[in-house]
Formats: sequence, C-alpha cells, structure tokens
Amino acid sequence: MATEILMPALSPTMEEGTLAKWLVKEGDTVSSGDIMAEIETDKATMEFEAVDEGIVGRILIAEGTEGVKVNTPIAVLVEEGEDASALPAAAPAAAAVAEATPAAVEAPAPTAAPAAPVVDMSPDWPADAEMKSETVREALRDAMAEEMRGDEDVYLMGEEVAEYQGAYKISQGLLDEFGSKRVIDTPITEHGFAGIAVGSAFGGLKPIVEFMTFNFAMQAIDQIINSAAKTLYMSGGQMGCPIVFRGPNGAAARVAAQHSQDYAAWYMQIPGLKVVMPYSAADAKGLLKSAIRDPNPVVFLENEILYGRTFDVPQVDDLTIPLGKARIWREGSDVTIVSFGIGMQYALEAADKLAEDGISAEVIDLRTIRPMDTGAIINSVMKTNRLVTVEEGWPQGSVGSYISSVVMQEAFDYLDAPVINCTGKDVPMPYAANLEKLALITTDEVIAAVKQVTYR
Amino acid sequence: MAARKTTKKPNVSAEELKTYYREMLLIRRFEEKAGQLYGMGLIGGFCHLYIGQEAVVVGLEAAAQEGDKRITSYRDHGHMLACGMEPGGVMAELTGREGGLSKGKGGSMHMFSKEKHFYGGHGIVGAQVPLGAGLAFADKYKENGGVTFTYFGDGAANQGQVYETFNMAALWDLPVVFVIENNQYAMGTAQARSTSSPDIYVRGEAFGIPGEIVNGMDVLAVKAAGEKAVAHCRAGKGPYILEVKTYRYRGHSMSDPAKYRTREEVQKVREQSDPIEHVRELLLTGKHATEDDLKAIDKEIKEVVNQAAEFSKESPEPSVEELWTDIYA
Repeated sequence: MATEILMPALSPTMEEGTLAKWLVKEGDTVSSGDIMAEIETDKATMEFEAVDEGIVGRILIAEGTEGVKVNTPIAVLVEEGEDASALPAAAPAAAAVAEATPAAVEAPAPTAAPAAPVVDMSPDWPADAEMKSETVREALRDAMAEEMRGDEDVYLMGEEVAEYQGAYKISQGLLDEFGSKRVIDTPITEHGFAGIAVGSAFGGLKPIVEFMTFNFAMQAIDQIINSAAKTLYMSGGQMGCPIVFRGPNGAAARVAAQHSQDYAAWYMQIPGLKVVMPYSAADAKGLLKSAIRDPNPVVFLENEILYGRTFDVPQVDDLTIPLGKARIWREGSDVTIVSFGIGMQYALEAADKLAEDGISAEVIDLRTIRPMDTGAIINSVMKTNRLVTVEEGWPQGSVGSYISSVVMQEAFDYLDAPVINCTGKDVPMPYAANLEKLALITTDEVIAAVKQVTYR
Repeated sequence: MAARKTTKKPNVSAEELKTYYREMLLIRRFEEKAGQLYGMGLIGGFCHLYIGQEAVVVGLEAAAQEGDKRITSYRDHGHMLACGMEPGGVMAELTGREGGLSKGKGGSMHMFSKEKHFYGGHGIVGAQVPLGAGLAFADKYKENGGVTFTYFGDGAANQGQVYETFNMAALWDLPVVFVIENNQYAMGTAQARSTSSPDIYVRGEAFGIPGEIVNGMDVLAVKAAGEKAVAHCRAGKGPYILEVKTYRYRGHSMSDPAKYRTREEVQKVREQSDPIEHVRELLLTGKHATEDDLKAIDKEIKEVVNQAAEFSKESPEPSVEELWTDIYA
C-alpha cells in the first residue's frame, strides 16, 4: 500500500519550509531512521528521517521548492512489487494543503460577582471560649505540635529547627517531643531541601518547611512554584502536594535590603499556591493548623517583629480557622482599611487615632492573601464607600493594587473616592536607622490616606 | 562513547532477552511515531525523543521491584513505557487530548502515574533530582523498603541543586539511585565543553556516595549495575550513582537540527553500538529466537504503537471546563 510522506513541522512554530535537498531518489529503498531530505525552517536546516520502510515511489515536491506548507504530501513510499507508475506526478509547491487547525475554543467567562457577595461571617471560635494571653511564637509552636501529634506523616524540616530549637525559637521543644526523625536540621541549602520536601510530599508525607527567612526562599522558589504549585494541574489532578512553607517574611529591624523583603505579592500571583499571612496569635495558630491539613501547597508568611507580641488565644480543642476567610477586626462606617500581617498594626493604630477625630474606620484583616476573601472587602466598601489598603511590600504590583482592581471592577459605583494603597517605599531597604524608618509604612501615612479618601 | 563491551556469555534466559527486545523496540517505535505525529502538527511544543537510550531505562526497570519509584526529566516517554504506563495514554498526552495521562494538561514533559510509581516528567533541568531524593526520604520515613530511581542527564549534572541533594542524600542515607543518563550532549554542548571532569560519577566521592560507569548501550550491563545499586540502597547504605553512557540519535528536541555533531558520529553509534541490535544479535546467535520470531515481535509492537497513535488522534480535546480544574485539591 502506498504511503504519503507529508511535509513535517520541525519546530513548534513552523508553518511552511523549503525543501532544500532530497537525499534519496525515486526507486531507492529506505528504512526507518534513514535521512530522506533536508528541510529549511525559519530557524535552521533540519534533516528529515523516514519513519516507515519502503521504496521511494514518487517525489512530489522538487528540491529547492520554497514555501511548502506543513502536511503537504512531498513523496510517496510504495511496498516492494508495487507499481509506482500509477502514482500522480510531481505537483508544484502551490498545491499545498492547508494545515488543519483545531477550532478556537472560548474559555468560559468568569462569573461576575453578585452585587452583594455572600461572605462567611461566622465567628472563628465560640464567644464563651476561655482566652489566654500567648505570643505568636507560642501559638505557632503549639499549632505544629498539635498537628504532629495528630498525624504521623507531618514533619518539620529546616535550618536550625531541631537542636538549636529554631533560629527564632518557633520550634522550641519539638525535637524533644518528636525526635530527630520528625524534626530535621538541614544544611544551608534551601533549593535542595525545599525540593526534597516537595518530593516527600509527592511520596505521601506532609512536610512543614521552615525557611529561616523568606528572603532565603528565593533560592528555592523554582521548587515552590514549578514543582509544588503546578504539579497537580500538570498531572491532571493525580499528584497533589500537601506542604507548608513557613518562616518570617518582610522587614525585621536594621537588617537591610537582602533580609527585609515582603513576598506576599509575589506568591499571591501563583495559581496552585495558597498564601497565608496572619497578624494575631489566634489566627497564627488556627491558620497554621489548617494549612498543615490542607492538601495543597501553602506559603505561610510570618513576621519576626510579631513573634514576641501577645494576643488573646481561645483555649479550645483543635482551633482551626479556614483559609480564605477574612476577619473584621473592628466595624466602622466611614472608610474600609484592608490589611494583613504586620500591616494590621498600622491599620489598627490609625483606626484608633481616626476615631478620636470622629472618623469611623472598618478594619479588615485578610489573613489569607490567596484565595482572597474579596467578598468581605466588597461588602464593606458597599457600606463605607471608601477604601485604603495597607501593606509593607513595594507599590508596583502590590496586594493593594490587586484589591483596587477587583473593587473597581466589582464595586465601582459604590466608590466615593479613588482607592489609596499605602505601601512600603519603592526602594531597597536601607540600613541607616533614619532611612529605614522612612522606607517603612507608618501609621501617619495611613491616617493621611484615610483623610484623603474621606475628604477631611 | 563507551566501546561496545558486551557481556560475552550472558547468564540470561531467552524469555528475558525477548522481553528486553520487546520493551526497547516499543520505545523506539513509539518515539519514531511521536516524531512522525509531531511532523504532522499533531504534537506541539517541545518533544524530546529517547531513541538510542532505550537500554538505560529497560535495564534499570529490570532491576526494580514492585513499589520502587522513578522520576526523570522531560525526556520521559521511554521511562513511562518501560514502567508499564499505557502507550495510548502517553501518546494522547503528547497530542494534548482528553485521553492523555494528564488529561491533555501536561504534555510531553509532564506526565505522572501514582499506580506505576512514576513521579514525572519534569521540565526544569535538574529539579527532579531533589524531588527524587524526597521520594526516597518518604520511603525511608515510612520504612517501606522502597528505592527511588532518579534519572538526570549530563547537562543537569552541573546544576547546583544536584550537589545539595547529593549532600543530604548521603547525610541521611536516602535509598536513591542517581542515574546519570550521559548522552554526551547537554542540548548542543558536548560534555567536554560543559563539564570539568571527564567522569561525572566521581563527583559523588566527595560526598561519600559510591558510583560507577555503565555501558548504557548494553541492557544486560545496565541491569547488572542496577541490581548492585538497588541492593546497596535496600541494605540501608544510602545512595548510589550510576553514570550510564548512552547516546541519543535524534536532536535534543524535535526542533534541534543537531549541527554540533557530524552525521558520521551518529551513524557510527547506530551501526556499532545500537542497544536493540545488540539484543537482536544475542537472540539470533544464541539461537534463542529465529528471524521469524523477531519479525512477529516487530509486528506486534508496530500494532501497539499504531493503536496508540490512533487513540491519540481520536481522543477528543479536553473539555473547556478542564481549564479550571485540578488547580487546587
């Protein structure tokens, strides 16, 4: 049976090419792997190999022909004893067959948000729960310990997490309780140990990876994004990655540019990742416990300055807080201030001072940056008609700029003033004490922004 | 190129030899077909063929036990076929169809099978090396006796994360066989121009990881080395390195004209060291099989590959809803 040989596509973008040279002639016997022709693409001259075996019955496109469309028959192979004379004669290159392309498909349009989003406003714990003052550091440690007690597959890995008891003492006591099999000191090789942890999650474990700071996780970001976040999708849903990457994020104090970056906006962009950035100790505990149980990779951004701060933590069995649920810290009617992580400190201070001036600010702690509880923001803006966002990160491509765009698209008619994003200054963090102070966001800047959007 | 140094009188049954012949032939015919479908525009993007390297994965799979894991780079079709994944599912993934192993969402470089313990299929050079050590970490943690085959190329062997992984794998005695598939070209750069040491496996010595060179054109030599490496790992002695010298006949990917080496160089390997011809010779000279027996196998494989190709063409494109699924578990 005669087999048509078609003009091949030899690169991802090739649509046509030049049949530069035939290396076989009519009557030649070819077998699979033999080089038949040289074809010039837009990028290079490629050799074209035979796939089937047979005799070259007819060459349909003469060498030197330019603009031969992909999938045009260029030769015919016949089997031994088959009559080649019955085959059609060589055709000019003009008789090119158009390449069949699949019909363009339209992606389903994202559904527009309803005018008043339905938002989970349920309390995170019973109103009558006994409260105890705890630091964020203790809350994080307790969260890990509780989850490790409950699930043998959960383990902690990172630099100085075991014998040193944690560079910031978050893992204090965990080695004693769980042993060196489950609390593992790593060498200072973020790229490598992040990859090993991700691989172990593919293999059925639930790792908690502590980065001494998220600045060092830049060494590991390929494993976080390309391996942890994308594999579920790339595997058609087969290969999930239950892992938590946690550690301090953002500026500490006087540690300068390479140790002071806020990564919330970076990780927020990645589908497949969840991103959490708690402010209070109760949220740190409840969210970390949820993050460890979550079947997806979670980036959990802590803050060194907040580690030692105390908050009331409800003393309930198994405190978990769902990822993706914002918290209204204080209700108000004149303006909405949205923040997360250490930004909440400025937001809450500003709200206190604004109250003295008779401005009632509603303060929302996002807690989870992705998935983001945009419904809670929109509901609040529909009430206050004004919005200020507060974060420590840089302005261009900030979390606040994303919130602004969502609010513009979904609640434009409710806005009485342009949204203002209060951010860190657009500079690498300086070392000098006075300059560092200037680079960081301040409560006064938040107050000024609120006065601007309320026209006071 | 390692000189052909065949096992003179292999202690191997006729059935085993025929199995290796069949498995290697399946990979070669599958890859040739994939190249053809690429030429027809049915496969898009990058497509890295394994032709010439078949003995590496077939030999090592022969040394593996049920439950052992494997992970590799983007040149992954051969690994998937060798561990028993459906040829139709692999081909339909190449054509980006619903019947593909990743429902058409991963493509040539990204396929997985929990059932067959195949953990990808990774597109970033070297990234699969710590991931493979992590799979071994999980096996050790669970004390299940499993071993992970972590494949990477001579190009990836210069990645920093490989040495971070060697260090931790040795430090923690992880049961992982690092398989360096040295096909001598990191895309278009010959090993001598990219790699400071002529032998790559010796780099393991700095970490206390034993290793050796293996003739990757001889499936029996690969199997024997694989058995030794696996026994080392299963005995709890930590990782092992196999630097398997092999050769890819085709370009780095379909769009590589491979001008960095001569046609004669490729031809010489094909004629003198072809791994499939090697087993064919053993079968015929040992009178384990006749020409007709082998023709029957050829025909059978051709049929399997044609069916895979048909399936990959007939399977529909994924439904548009698939765009939004599998982002979160």
